[in-house]
Amino acid sequence: MTVATLDISPAGAWRYWLRNSVVFKRTWLLGLMAWFIEPVIYLVAMGLGLGRYLQSVNGLKYIVYIAPGLLAVSAMYGATFETTWNSWFKMDESRVYDACIATPLSAEDVALGEALWGTTRAAAYGAAFAIVAVPFGVYRSWWGILTIPALFLIGANFSLLGLTFTYLITRVDYLSYYWTLFMTPMFMFAGVFFPLNQLPGWLQTVAWFMPLHHGTEMMRALMTDGRPGRAAWSALWLVGSSLLFLLVPPTILRRRLVK
Amino acid sequence: MSEQPAVVARGLTKRYGSLEAVAGIDFEAESRACYGFLGPNGAGKTTTMRMIACAMPPTGGELDVLGLPVLGNERRIKARLGIVPQEDNLDEQITVVENLTVYARYFGIRAAKVMPRIDELLDFMQLTEKRERKIMELSGGMKRRLMIARGLLNDPEMLILDEPTTGLDPQARHLVWEKLRTLRRQGVTLILTTHYMEEAAQLCDRLVIMHEGRILVEGRPRDLVAAHASKQVVEVFDPPQEVEPDLEKLSHLADRFERLADRWLFHTDEGDALLAKVRALPIDPGSVWLRGGTLEDVFLSLTGRRLIE
Repeated sequence: MTVATLDISPAGAWRYWLRNSVVFKRTWLLGLMAWFIEPVIYLVAMGLGLGRYLQSVNGLKYIVYIAPGLLAVSAMYGATFETTWNSWFKMDESRVYDACIATPLSAEDVALGEALWGTTRAAAYGAAFAIVAVPFGVYRSWWGILTIPALFLIGANFSLLGLTFTYLITRVDYLSYYWTLFMTPMFMFAGVFFPLNQLPGWLQTVAWFMPLHHGTEMMRALMTDGRPGRAAWSALWLVGSSLLFLLVPPTILRRRLVK
Repeated sequence: MSEQPAVVARGLTKRYGSLEAVAGIDFEAESRACYGFLGPNGAGKTTTMRMIACAMPPTGGELDVLGLPVLGNERRIKARLGIVPQEDNLDEQITVVENLTVYARYFGIRAAKVMPRIDELLDFMQLTEKRERKIMELSGGMKRRLMIARGLLNDPEMLILDEPTTGLDPQARHLVWEKLRTLRRQGVTLILTTHYMEEAAQLCDRLVIMHEGRILVEGRPRDLVAAHASKQVVEVFDPPQEVEPDLEKLSHLADRFERLADRWLFHTDEGDALLAKVRALPIDPGSVWLRGGTLEDVFLSLTGRRLIE
């Protein structure tokens, strides 16, 4: 009956976003710690620690080489944490979703509001990292300013992916698989820490399908190389992938909650 | 002019695969009255409520809520309903007043505009002092009252309550009942499910008893008791073994007789006469008593005493 068609109201999604922002005002300090500090630790430990033993990577100081990828990672973590653990908690434990769909909000509104919120948080974490990274001298171009809006593209992509997975699973335990089998390999093999042209060809093909790879390329093109044209291609990939997934979480959430 | 009924169901059905949770039920819930759904677990009460609340589309039949068919009118209907689910689902991390402003916004009501209404509802539910508290600091009874206050924010024409007092202590339960009666007097339609016969008898103008997805009986509580229970019941608690044969003989004088693990029940319209005969036996007088027939008798005689899980 109505299961096949979606019932979307942008105002509804926005109202759900506002709900999250009210809760965030009470809890932001707790959340900020873990997910923004982690990439900073990588930057300092690997950039300064490991970097001392490396001559250069692609002609760059190691810390300069890894900073763009870590900026993308901070957005990835922000979006993913929000749309896996936090969204699961709201859906399954505290029953916030049930409370929402008892009002004029639809399940689709909740899913889209959640994606928008994940995107916002990703941008907030990313921006914090971007500012902290300035004194390390990792920005080599004024185009680096554009990394801030670029964070939203990475955030949207990972929010939609995270929600797709979270809304499909039946037990919270499966979230660990998402992190171990999807997030961690991406973190290691998307080109954050070393150039992919060293790797076997098939692995480079796999990397092309990783959103973090395009996020990293986009950030590197902006803040290191100052080549906005090349960043635009990566941005296009991220926009396309986000559009592809845009209606997936709303569809799955409706099937899950309204049955 | 007679008012349009708040809910009309015709052949309402909900199927999950081969399981028929609600098997084609018909009922009409009048406006400005309290309509109750009783039944053991798995009877289909909550499913019926969820369909009325537009949280679940029916598989078959017709369902009109506040004059609109539910399918395709979910947002419009939900805007006019207040819903209080069985489990509290307040936002634990924010305060009482934040919970209410956030929820009001789901209805498109701005925080500044809803403040007088919030003050009024907190006062009505005796929660004014808890205004700035976090939800985790509230007792079970306070949370329940806040859930009802939240359900009233949009000034609903109809309030739907799924087991509104389950898990509350007697004081908290009576307070909730009092508030619900006040609301009904103010003209709010109430729809509720309950396991508690006393709750149903206290609050409902009319009710249905459901069992295995069907409606067994429908009517006013008093009429149901008159039609389906004997006027009186003689109860004998744990009688000594030697009087059992004599008691068994007396059972033929009752309209209906039940022997439970620890009690013997004689359902009869001639309670006094039967009581005198039981009292004549050598039984501790404190373990024999006479009471009127209740909704619980109706319920148990219709749905059986077998444990339903």
